[in-house]
Amino acid sequence: MAEPLVFHFDVDGSDFTSAGQASVQIKKNLRQLGLPSDIIRRVSIAMYEGEINMVIHANGGVADVIVTEDCVEIVLKDQGPGIEDVEKAMQEGYSTATSTIHSLGFGAGMGLPNMKRYSDTMEIDTVIGVGTTIRMKIYLNKDQAES
Amino acid sequence: MKIITVKELLDADVLCGEDQLEEEVHSACGSDMMSDVLAYVKEQGLLLTGLVNPQVIRTAEMMDMVCIVFVRAKRPSEEMIRLAEKAGIVLMSTETRMYEACGSLYVNGLNGKVVRRDG
Repeated sequence: MAEPLVFHFDVDGSDFTSAGQASVQIKKNLRQLGLPSDIIRRVSIAMYEGEINMVIHANGGVADVIVTEDCVEIVLKDQGPGIEDVEKAMQEGYSTATSTIHSLGFGAGMGLPNMKRYSDTMEIDTVIGVGTTIRMKIYLNKDQAES
Repeated sequence: MKIITVKELLDADVLCGEDQLEEEVHSACGSDMMSDVLAYVKEQGLLLTGLVNPQVIRTAEMMDMVCIVFVRAKRPSEEMIRLAEKAGIVLMSTETRMYEACGSLYVNGLNGKVVRRDG
């Protein structure tokens, strides 16, 4: 795999029930590429939480998944309100989601912590009123993840 | 534990995946919060939940689960059944409440801990 493979998805922010479709699709794509199942699971869970976040908080956005020889990178971009306090948002249990979202099984303040848990590196670039970009990398080889 | 045993213990109706009842589940998780399911369980098979919306199916799919049991007589929509069929996930519904359902499976040998299928 010399050239990186890029999968692009538009995440529709208008409908919570359809959230997660991109993650289902990327799971299929990575399976077709023959990646190990634990890597596929980590990528799809991290992306799924990201997708749910974009739908809940930012009225959708775009997701790119870049597969190179040594890692899978997920880039999630939205033009939402931005994250006011990233440090707080990274704490398990902290959430600004509404009770409607709670009744749907999300908004427990686990989204960003789960994304961090399943990725090897995660960067959050957020500007209030402009939007948020999150980059996560999952290395195919454990040694690279630890170095 | 075989899925058919889960069905018998919980006196559950099978809503889709009839042909997969001989498959094994190795561990289980009971929760109405999908993010908790995504956080705490790694390799498993069965989800017990009282939550009914399409995200339940997607969560299970992301976690490579093979079976979802809806407790407290909850019934999934046609759309959810369609999603589960596509993902190869067995759906069941039981009148048993969450606490009893988890307890019944647990004492009969299905514990919550992580068991790797591939050794």
